Amino acid sequence: MKCRKCGGAAALELRRHNAAFCPPHFLEFFRKQVAEAIHRYRMFSREETILVAVSGGKDSLALWDVLIEDGYRTAGLYLDLGIFDYSKESRAKCEAFAAARGQTLHVERVADAVGAPIPVLQQVTRRPACSGCGLSKRYLMNRAALEHGYAVVATGHNLDDEAATLFGSVMHWQTDALPRQSPALASTHPKLVRRVKPLYRLSELETAAFAFLRGIDYIVEECPFAKGATSIAHKEMLNRLEEDSPGSKHNFLFGFLEKARPAFERVESVELHECTACGQVTTGEICAFCKLADQVKRRTST
Amino acid sequence: MKVILRNPRREIDVDGRRRVKELLAELDILPGTVLVIRGNELLTADTVVGGDDVLEVRPVMSGGRGETP
Repeated sequence: MKCRKCGGAAALELRRHNAAFCPPHFLEFFRKQVAEAIHRYRMFSREETILVAVSGGKDSLALWDVLIEDGYRTAGLYLDLGIFDYSKESRAKCEAFAAARGQTLHVERVADAVGAPIPVLQQVTRRPACSGCGLSKRYLMNRAALEHGYAVVATGHNLDDEAATLFGSVMHWQTDALPRQSPALASTHPKLVRRVKPLYRLSELETAAFAFLRGIDYIVEECPFAKGATSIAHKEMLNRLEEDSPGSKHNFLFGFLEKARPAFERVESVELHECTACGQVTTGEICAFCKLADQVKRRTST
Repeated sequence: MKVILRNPRREIDVDGRRRVKELLAELDILPGTVLVIRGNELLTADTVVGGDDVLEVRPVMSGGRGETP
């Protein structure tokens, strides 16, 4: 297989683009896709410092690498979930990445904020670990950005993540979730920072290939709680579709963003308040994170 | 050749030469869901492998991690 640009030996075939690239031209392709995402959604400027949420996985470290190489001012945020050796290893990967590139890495422990690590949260709430994990991450990313003075948080969500989330929302017609699915979510309250996903144009295969070719040491092992997760089941279904019909995931997500999403946008905006317990933004009186922390406190003290 | 699989990590020996896409089909793996690595190079589906090759078949799927993939 030959590189579409130079005719050299290809390292990766991108069937949805009907193309293959050698390593240098693939890296160029990848960086152009990130630049296009940032430009199209006006995600951030070069004057801002971007807080990159990193997990130690391929996506978030690839994103941080692209932004650093492109000259953006960045800092990292690692949320320690307290998931046994998995968290220890992923934290070590993030710390090594940041140190090698002279970048600041903020570290926050979920257990310090909510009262227990993710494995205990699962037992306390009797819900899938991903539920309390996602809630804690959203809350802590926003809080950390505000505390440290960053106006924007970038996450490593890729095309596969976004297509799987969209699939899940459509399957259950979660019309309140559909307008929030966007590569860029604006700040709608002084205490709510912008959230952006500069990798939304790139597939999981592409982010993994980029991380490998860039020599990024990322954690390959899955989170032990990911097994059986609904998002994984949706990805597997979409991957089978993609195998038979390359470009399916791209068309599903991009078609939604361009044609369908505006139809689901709320006519009336949601009224946001500050949580009476912690001061973070919520639609009610007490935010979901404080309710979770209270539940942990009650269940673990008995 | 030796083939290293991940999640969980294990190794298998495969006799003969074949294209990467044929190897993946035998292992019941969709080509778009893994990187196929030989040393420090990525292999495309049409690459012929075998003999003394040591391949890593590395899954690319992640999930269930909420906000920081």
